[in-house]
Amino acid sequence: MNRVSVSTAFLGLLRRDLQIAIRKRSELLNPILFFILVVSLFPLGIGPEPRLLGEIAPGIIWVAALLATLLSMERLFRSDFEDGALEHLLLSPHALSLLALAKVLAHWLVTGLPLILVSPLLGVLLHLPAEAIRVLPLTLLLGTPILSLLGAVGVALTVGLRRGGVLLTLLVLPLYVPVLIFGTAAVAAAAAGLPVSGQLALLGAMLALALTLSPLATAAGLRISAD
Amino acid sequence: MTHAVPVPHSFYRLASPHYFYEQSGRLLPWLAAVTLVLFLTGLVWGLAFAPADYQQGNGFRIMYVHVPAAVFSMSVYVAMAVAGGIGLIWRLKVAAMVARSCAPIGAAFTFLALVTGSLWGKPMWGAWWVWDARLTSELILLFLYLGYMALQEAIEERDTADRASAVLALVGLINIPIIHYSVEWWYTLHQGATILKLGRPSIAPAMLWPLLVMLAAYGLLALLVVLLRTRNEVLERKLNI
Repeated sequence: MNRVSVSTAFLGLLRRDLQIAIRKRSELLNPILFFILVVSLFPLGIGPEPRLLGEIAPGIIWVAALLATLLSMERLFRSDFEDGALEHLLLSPHALSLLALAKVLAHWLVTGLPLILVSPLLGVLLHLPAEAIRVLPLTLLLGTPILSLLGAVGVALTVGLRRGGVLLTLLVLPLYVPVLIFGTAAVAAAAAGLPVSGQLALLGAMLALALTLSPLATAAGLRISAD
Repeated sequence: MTHAVPVPHSFYRLASPHYFYEQSGRLLPWLAAVTLVLFLTGLVWGLAFAPADYQQGNGFRIMYVHVPAAVFSMSVYVAMAVAGGIGLIWRLKVAAMVARSCAPIGAAFTFLALVTGSLWGKPMWGAWWVWDARLTSELILLFLYLGYMALQEAIEERDTADRASAVLALVGLINIPIIHYSVEWWYTLHQGATILKLGRPSIAPAMLWPLLVMLAAYGLLALLVVLLRTRNEVLERKLNI
């Protein structure tokens, strides 16, 4: 009966989600445009003073990344829930948590990774010191997967609701606080010329924790929502 | 879909909403009386008879309202998550109803702790709000409560709402220590220790006793409100069936 191995199922689902994402190119670009737009609004609101911008840049970029991730999260299970593909995943003989992890990974590859790639550019726009620009993508590399993993729990719990969007932010944003704190702290420390290994290690620890526990919660949430 | 884990024996009787309703009804008058007496004793003792603080004068007396609210704001969340988890794993209806009933009183305690904290902060620190580590983590705790309640309200099917919010509460429970320590760390990183940390010398017994009475009063009040709300839930769900 069980002809498909776990790794085949995982990779198959990953490839399917990536293909779907790549075929909807406009949706692919939206989070990244949102990210750039929000960041470029801040100098307009605050003023072009380079020293001030450089000081608050870590916070601006991180908060914008957080919102961009959250904005794109809602799509994670939505279309699968609507066309019934999600129920096939629930019926699959493989662990639902692993399949959910594959979906989150695909989602992060198409939304989280581009944010990391453009972040140095935004750092330059906001006059971040060179040392901090080097650290910023590293913090996002460790931090954005945590955002996606935690967000997936919230999406799984709200996917059955018609207007889950605002609710999702209410559920998930408080959980993002530690990531925001350590992400910005690392960039700020780098800007001040201090070592950042401590903050990065803590981000890594949180990533390990989120990677192990949140797929279980996501799977539980999906089962509840699909009932 | 999911396989139910076998229920330990002692849960069997409590699991029946009928039994719970009967037992809690018997307990309720006594609990209410004791809570009232403790509140009156603690408030009068703390606000009128405890000696004034040599530094803060009479201003410290808000402590008798603030500290128990802050203590139980966290404990009620833990109770809510544990009850929700029990309801989720063993499918105990009463546990799920208790979890649901915990949220409003927990949120109220958190709100009270925030309000009294800022009232206390104005004369002592010179500002209504400071981004102190404890205040900030209380604020985030309030958001966690509000998110839990919003999810409960958003899902119409009660059983689904109970299970979904139990998952959320458990995720929050794991996150609370992380949030708490990261906020503390963030604060110490941003600015060195100033006068904000009220140096807490060992508190004088004459001040401590009323505080202990107030702690007991708040704890029993939480229990009382949770029992009342759970009884309401029992009645409401019986009517719905």
